[in-house]
Amino acid sequence: MMAELGLAALWLAAALAILQLVTGIWSMRAPELVAITGAVRPVTILQAVFAALSFTVLLYLFAVTDLSVELVAANSHTAKPLLYKITGAWGNHEGSMLLWVTVMALSGALIAGVEYRLPERTMQAVLACQGFVAAGFYAFLLFSSNPFARLPQPLAEGNGLNPLLQDVGLALHPPTLYIGYVGLSVAFSFAVGALVTRQVTPDFARAMRPWVLGAWVFLTLGITAGSYWAYYELGWGGWWFWDPVENASLMPWLAATALLHSVSVLAARDALRTWTLMLGVLAFSMSMLGTFLVRSGILTSVHAFAVDPQRGTFILILLAIYIGGALLLFALRAGAVAEGERFSVASRESALVVNNVLLTAILGIVLLGTLYPLLAEAFGERVSVGPPYFNLVGAIFALPMLAVLAIGPLLRWRRDSLQRISRPLIVLAAVGGAALVLTAVLFGVGFLPLAGLVLAAVLAVASVMPLSGRNLRRVPLAVWGMVAAHLGVAAALFGMASESAFTSERLVALAPGQATQVGPWQVRFAAVQPVAGPNWTALEARLEARIGTGAPVVLTPQARSFWAPAQQTTEAALATSWNGQLYAVMGGAADDGRWQIRLWWKPFVTFIWYGGGLIALGGALSLAGRVADDLKRRRVRARGARRRAQMVPA
Amino acid sequence: MNRLWLYLPLAVFFLLLGFAAYQLSQPKDEFVRSAMIGQPLPNFTLPAAMPGGQGVSASDFADGQPRLLNFWASWCLPCVAEAPHLDTLRDEGATIIGIAIRDRPEDIARFIGQHGNPYAAIASDDISAVQLALGSSGLPETFVIDGRGVVRYQHIGDVRAEHVPVLLAELRKAAR
Amino acid sequence: MTRLAPKHQRLILAAVALLALTGAGLGGAYALRSQASYFYLPAQMLADPPASDRSVRLGGMVEAGSIQKQADGVTIAFTVTDQHGARVPVRYAGIVPDLFVENSGVVAEGRLLPGGVFEADNLLAKHDENYVPRELQDMHKEQGGAALVTGGPQT
Repeated sequence: MMAELGLAALWLAAALAILQLVTGIWSMRAPELVAITGAVRPVTILQAVFAALSFTVLLYLFAVTDLSVELVAANSHTAKPLLYKITGAWGNHEGSMLLWVTVMALSGALIAGVEYRLPERTMQAVLACQGFVAAGFYAFLLFSSNPFARLPQPLAEGNGLNPLLQDVGLALHPPTLYIGYVGLSVAFSFAVGALVTRQVTPDFARAMRPWVLGAWVFLTLGITAGSYWAYYELGWGGWWFWDPVENASLMPWLAATALLHSVSVLAARDALRTWTLMLGVLAFSMSMLGTFLVRSGILTSVHAFAVDPQRGTFILILLAIYIGGALLLFALRAGAVAEGERFSVASRESALVVNNVLLTAILGIVLLGTLYPLLAEAFGERVSVGPPYFNLVGAIFALPMLAVLAIGPLLRWRRDSLQRISRPLIVLAAVGGAALVLTAVLFGVGFLPLAGLVLAAVLAVASVMPLSGRNLRRVPLAVWGMVAAHLGVAAALFGMASESAFTSERLVALAPGQATQVGPWQVRFAAVQPVAGPNWTALEARLEARIGTGAPVVLTPQARSFWAPAQQTTEAALATSWNGQLYAVMGGAADDGRWQIRLWWKPFVTFIWYGGGLIALGGALSLAGRVADDLKRRRVRARGARRRAQMVPA
Repeated sequence: MNRLWLYLPLAVFFLLLGFAAYQLSQPKDEFVRSAMIGQPLPNFTLPAAMPGGQGVSASDFADGQPRLLNFWASWCLPCVAEAPHLDTLRDEGATIIGIAIRDRPEDIARFIGQHGNPYAAIASDDISAVQLALGSSGLPETFVIDGRGVVRYQHIGDVRAEHVPVLLAELRKAAR
Repeated sequence: MTRLAPKHQRLILAAVALLALTGAGLGGAYALRSQASYFYLPAQMLADPPASDRSVRLGGMVEAGSIQKQADGVTIAFTVTDQHGARVPVRYAGIVPDLFVENSGVVAEGRLLPGGVFEADNLLAKHDENYVPRELQDMHKEQGGAALVTGGPQT
């Protein structure tokens, strides 16, 4: 019965999404019909209630392992721990698409519930657009990916879950990423709404900003967590593979980062109106494109997902309608949006424009590299595009962008001059010079890592400069947020450059009792023993690592065999210290009783993820600051209104 | 003219869309065909999957009678779907040898209890060794082996109603 | 710094943006020509060997009996072949994928050394259900051609 309940809720939610579209458009046409205009928000909220109900039912079916439901039987197993049973609900195509629309419906409900700053007409257009997009994805679920389909007869046992996906980090990673992906639909709908009503004002930007920030924070967290997952789970020692699935999450992030900054320019200075709308459309378009790339299987990836050309075609049509429609609307209407304020070449706005253009260029590069195999194949070529391309071309644009990022926050809005900030610039140049001498002379590293290390040092100092000379207690939260996020960029950059410059690697075959050296670590292979988990067995190596005569750290990498479905994975073992990570992977046995052991010493690699976390924290601080300001402003306005009401007797 | 650049993103998007659509329209063969067709079976001996059952070895196939060799598992979902069609094949006179991959005797017994037993013998291959040796990369797969123990035909995926006559014809061809 | 007339300012902004994006596009396209790694079958690699500084992929079958473990315990040597009988020797140091076996498909990433030995940095085994490289699917289609003759109707 439960599965049918879930399906019924899904149908109802789909119907309400269409109703939301209809009432939204109708109330724009006939603002005098109170019955209709008053219905838009409640319908939006009700749609979210049914979507959430449907998703909850799916979670329940997975929790109790209802093997009469095809999706559960295909992706779960009674022997699985409860946590992974539940997270299995979104570890598959149908479930993750249901999560997608649920997040979409909930974010729509959130706007309908709390967003009162937009002009009512724009708001109606926004909600209509949300309903329209959601309706397409409901149709996709109901007609080609029904998560509640029953089997003709229940199975005795489920088909397991990809053991690679049995991991806490990964279990929580997709929902985080999806909140980010789909949260950008709000920015998309805002942009579409503004294009429809042609009202692009600083107030509009201030209303849009928290939504962009919120989605961006989750996206940042999701990408950071995903990168760490790939790092320790795939056992290849790398933290970013430029895999299509990873690029699919990076592209919306790049667009959202650009949007975040351009929306700030629009809010503060009423400039960059059309550009902001373009980015609003672009960011969510990249989310949908990412979904298409991952779900259609037109690009192969190390991250396994169900591949189905029919579903690919369905999503392609949705893309054509939504992205194509929004871009067409943009082409027709953007010319009619009045021009914004002007600013001089040396100004905060200019720096942000440069940052935006470079971010978009990087986005273009990643998009091109991701789709290039597809384009080449149409001409009969077989290629794969990997790190050599992305690292090189990405860096060409990332390095100047990071340099501008160091200087931009020091500049004033509207007009400024480089002479005014010459003192801080000299300090930054000195820091950069010192870092250059230090790294080049002491270590002699390659050009890109060198540039990264120097820029990281400059950026770290530059990012706290906006605080200098200010009373720290009076610095607004939003500024703290900016400082934290920029410091996070510096930290992440430092981690990346350090990892690429200083990593040492050792691949050896060892017999128990033998030892080897990697970086400063002396690693002894003590023993190998069999171990068993709930649904796997493994061979586990016991490695004792120490620096000099220090206390030994024990690492236990495993080669695991799962039995449902039958699959083998390697479990890397990590030892984290303040200055880096020791990374160990166990391979197969050589013929003579030796075992393959692969070791990496990666100095300061953890800074990559600390940096990612700091960037997200910055976003969260900034969001908190903006929301607090907004609430305060609303209270003041309400008090003013009450006072006026008392003064003028009705 | 100066409004024309506003159409640029739209144009780029539809260009990409065209490529993607073209790519989707290309037929894609996801299946990995075995290189063993026309070759004799690799030598193997597998134990019976259930106590009291009969094991299977490569030499069993060289008695002049063509057989179907079916790789399956109780944990494999499509195997449930193909079970009734295997029954039909048996009723039509085909001899089916089953090899259960990475399975447990109690699960196999339960599966057979629920879905019937079309097999003349079921052996168990706990490490997929024979499956890999035959060039099969997924479950279920069904091979036609002729009376000299030569692999003649590979069917990838579950056997559906429309495949039953195809497999029977292959068996007849192998008997010649 | 002077303030520009609005018309000019907008034009300059658009020009800068267009320039950067075109630069990105052209730079990207150029880099793709030199950095994208092309896929070779053994016969193609013998007929038209790639330069030794180019990262490429080699796909084919692991020849039966060709896998040899070296004395260091971590390096293996094997031969990749195709149905035309072309053979390319491969050397690989690292942890071998679980399902890397003789007579089955493999994609090796790496470069062709001047001596004609392919040095692989990474191996992708066909049986790894998580990763059936697209390129390999085609190769098997070619091989499937032989199977079709005896195989009758296909699904």
